[in-house]
Amino acid sequence: MKIYADNAATTKMSENAIHTMVSLLEDSWGNPSSLYAHGQMAKEVLEKARADVAAVIGASPDEILFTSGGSEADNQALRSVAELGRKKGKMHIISSAFEHHAILHTLERLKKEDFEVTLLDVHENGLILPEEVEAAIREDTCLVTIMFANNEIGTIQPIREIGRICREKNVLFHTDAVQAVAHVPINVKEDNIDLLSASAHKFHGPKGVGFLYAKKGIRLTNLIEGGAQERGRRAGTENVPGIAAMAEALKETSSRMDENTAHLTKMRDKLISGLAEIPHSALNGDATHRLPSNVNFCFEGIEGESLLLLLDDKGIQASSGSACTSGSLDPSHVLLAIGRVHDVAHGSLRLCLGEDITEEQVDYIIKSVKDVVSYLRGFSPVWRDLMSGKARFIL
Amino acid sequence: MALYSEKVMDHFRNPRNVGVIEDANGIGEVGNAKCGDIMKMYLKIEDDVIQDVKFETFGCGSAIASSSMATELIKGKPVSEAMKLTNKAVAEALDGLPAYKMHCSVLAEEAIQSALEDYQKRTGKTFE
Ligand SMILES: Cc1ncc(COP(=O)(O)O)c(C=O)c1O
Ligand SMILES: [Zn+2]
Repeated sequence: MKIYADNAATTKMSENAIHTMVSLLEDSWGNPSSLYAHGQMAKEVLEKARADVAAVIGASPDEILFTSGGSEADNQALRSVAELGRKKGKMHIISSAFEHHAILHTLERLKKEDFEVTLLDVHENGLILPEEVEAAIREDTCLVTIMFANNEIGTIQPIREIGRICREKNVLFHTDAVQAVAHVPINVKEDNIDLLSASAHKFHGPKGVGFLYAKKGIRLTNLIEGGAQERGRRAGTENVPGIAAMAEALKETSSRMDENTAHLTKMRDKLISGLAEIPHSALNGDATHRLPSNVNFCFEGIEGESLLLLLDDKGIQASSGSACTSGSLDPSHVLLAIGRVHDVAHGSLRLCLGEDITEEQVDYIIKSVKDVVSYLRGFSPVWRDLMSGKARFIL
Repeated sequence: MALYSEKVMDHFRNPRNVGVIEDANGIGEVGNAKCGDIMKMYLKIEDDVIQDVKFETFGCGSAIASSSMATELIKGKPVSEAMKLTNKAVAEALDGLPAYKMHCSVLAEEAIQSALEDYQKRTGKTFE
């Protein structure tokens, strides 16, 4: 059996998106900035994609800026609002401790440029409380940036509520919705979102393509200077085939959201209850306010990388927040942010299911994880100490 | 390209000398759960020769493979020779480790050294 359960890392491109991309590479390779028909044909494709993307999230086409992916969209959103803030003398930004590094590292840079950053606690369940956002907003706050859904533990934040508070307080609100777009309902107007980042490869589109939604009237700062593409806000000849494939994938995946959610939620909850039978294990993140595809567990007494390698041998591709998978000595900042101590954070497993997952596959994953965890515990000195009472169980 | 060499994967999938020696006369434990790798080595030494060795490891693929290979390299060897085991020898015997995984082989060397020290402490002997 071969099961790809790492859909938060990336997704397989849909056949329609591949077809869209290939046919454009073959037929419509003109430069959208050129005035002859072949160029204008590409321009049309580009603007159609913009309209399609906008429609899916309830925006208007001129509020969509195409980027090279989620990271660029995050960088540009934060830089832009920070510039606006600086002009008004508002140099305080609110975010959370478990944002993606595209946000956290940009905030670090902004701190060096004299911005002040408040990182909100995400609590044990991985959820931010709107009232804590409200309490953190100051006179000089220019931006609140909170991710829609977390990429490791899948928790979905009360975005609409946070957005409402930001509107009331006249503070711009950005959300990194890379993990959420096309998987959970999003309407930027109803959800009170001023800026939103998305990435095509998380919803069956190509890698290296994404978009930034910025509400009309928000002046964006260029990260890339050059030609007048993207209304002068992002230079460089547009990746027309990639952008059109993204729009195709976005429409397609979004149109199946209801059925996908129903099926995935069932599979997710079955997987969660199966894995919860493993002694001294714990689900990471709230059980209900989470992406329908996301399961994330900690197993005490084992290390994540060896778990992943053995699951890979059984045909299951997954990921972990252990230090040894990240190449650093620290385990995932997300698991630390929800209060998992190093000892158990190393033993984490993230399974992010694809829409085509079957019940039989879920059963196979449960059995495989159970087998591997008990095998690894069998020669773990940490487990021995826990079992003998020399050390105390945390989970 | 795979992350690890076939040798590493072989020792990871089929670790040699896994377990505990109840009447070990040299035990060493190194690493900590904070950094993510912990190794425990058990030695049974007779006439200053390592008759048996077993290990337990909490850690990544290269930590498990390094422990396994280290035990193979010292099994049946005189203590004085085992003292000379280096992490480089462990890594080389595994046909190399990724650069950021070298610390796992260092840990294997340290675990063996720590168990040998314990043996010296228990017996009052010193080896160079
Ligand atoms: C929450 C989140 N933000 C941003 C990104 C970065 O997106 P991209 O890989 O398209 O730059 C990712 C992807 O890993 C993500 O999960
Ligand atoms: Zn390691």
